[in-house]
Amino acid sequence: MHLDHTHPHTDRHDGPSGVSADAHRPDGTRRALRIGLGGPVGSGKTATVAALCRALRAELSLAVVTNDIYTREDADFLLREAVLPAERITAVETGACPHTAIRDDISANLEAVEDLEDEVGPLDLVLVESGGDNLTATFSRGLVDAQIFVIDVAGGDDIPRKGGPGVTTADLLVVNKTDLAPHVGSDLARMAADAKAQRAGLPVVFQSLRSEDGVSAVAAWVRGQLAAWTA
Amino acid sequence: MTRAALLVLADGRFPAGGHAHSGGAEAAVKAGRITGASGAAGLEEFCQGRLHTAGLVSAGLAAAAALGADPVELDGAADARTPSAALRVAARKLGRQLMRAARATWPSGELDALAREFPKGAHQPVVLGLAARAAGLGAEDAAYCSVYECVSGPATATVRLLSLDPFEATGVLARLAPEMDVVVRRAVEAGRRCVDEGVDALPAGSAPLLEISAEVHAGWPVRLFAS
Ligand SMILES: Nc1nc2c(ncn2[C@@H]2O[C@H](COP(=O)(O)OP(=O)(O)OP(=O)(O)O)[C@@H](O)[C@H]2O)c(=O)[nH]1
Ligand SMILES: [Mg+2]
Repeated sequence: MHLDHTHPHTDRHDGPSGVSADAHRPDGTRRALRIGLGGPVGSGKTATVAALCRALRAELSLAVVTNDIYTREDADFLLREAVLPAERITAVETGACPHTAIRDDISANLEAVEDLEDEVGPLDLVLVESGGDNLTATFSRGLVDAQIFVIDVAGGDDIPRKGGPGVTTADLLVVNKTDLAPHVGSDLARMAADAKAQRAGLPVVFQSLRSEDGVSAVAAWVRGQLAAWTA
Repeated sequence: MTRAALLVLADGRFPAGGHAHSGGAEAAVKAGRITGASGAAGLEEFCQGRLHTAGLVSAGLAAAAALGADPVELDGAADARTPSAALRVAARKLGRQLMRAARATWPSGELDALAREFPKGAHQPVVLGLAARAAGLGAEDAAYCSVYECVSGPATATVRLLSLDPFEATGVLARLAPEMDVVVRRAVEAGRRCVDEGVDALPAGSAPLLEISAEVHAGWPVRLFAS
């Protein structure tokens, strides 16, 4: 915990203690960048996290926090795939409500992030995955510095048009599983146009994790976020 | 003291982690000990049992902490009154989460000191008592928060677990209100005696089934709630 009111933080957020979004750790060093990944059930969040870990782990010190609905499936998948050593992956229990744990009551997630920094740090980047939830589930700014919303082409090509906070406000919108588009009859050009119209210039990435290096555009975006964070 | 501060602290949406816990209701539902709102296997009876055992113990601790008893001693007393290791872990987890929320909401040197003493969390009722103090509230307020949370947690969880009618669940809470008043009075009395006579004056009631089923629940591979 790093809430002592005596710490001479320089660029902390407003408020009595900079409880959550405080950019510094108790020893005064800058904490890891935290990126949230949310989106509907099965869109490919865990697969994206796994691919990002593989793409970035040689250059960055990484950790992952998962928020499963009622199992440890996401954490177990990442462990099985051995994308990171076990001590770098923490599963938060959400009482069947990931959106509460990532937005309304973020204390368990903050503790998980801080414990990871204490135990396996220093870290450059913590990825926080929310269990699949609805289109309105977004991360609190007190928990993450930036968020990625992952949808897929198989969930219906009208999701970008429908909008919702995830689609319209996420720092990055990922439209995953483009390899399936011909099979499910999704119109990628229409999805791109709808997303553009909804997002007021915020970036959108179309990806297929079935293709070689499919996560490279998202990985490049993450590197950009990190460069801005550490600048 | 401001009554509105009590509402802030007692609000189920106060971001202190309670939403992920069922207060033993998930294990009881699975075992068939809660099947509906009232009756032999009712939420009401379950809450009643909890109220007079774990609820009274927690409220006594919270009241004593609010009255200024030594929180480190109270934390030891809470450990001694919680046989299940899984419940001790849950209580400290929730204590740590409440600590974070309380320090952000009502900054206080006493909370800071307790956080330093227990970086991974003190027992939740002890933190609750100090949070009440920091909010300018008294022992009775702390005990009310503790007692209410001890029954409202299982009630909300049961709505999710059994798809119980939410109006019925709320009705259960309302029917238990007079009993909550009684438990609060006993808890505050015990808290006062604790300040004079030490932690042995605190209630030490326990519900063996809650303790045992918490241990079993902690071992389930798939569960909705953390406890
Ligand atoms: N065809 C195809 N399948 C994919 C792609 N990305 C992920 N999948 C598959 O989609 C399924 C769901 O992926 P996950 O990564 O588990 O999805 P998720 O969003 O984490 O799911 P929840 O956490 O349950 O909400 C898995 O079977 C993945 O292998 C992709 O680009 N193309
Ligand atoms: Mg997942």
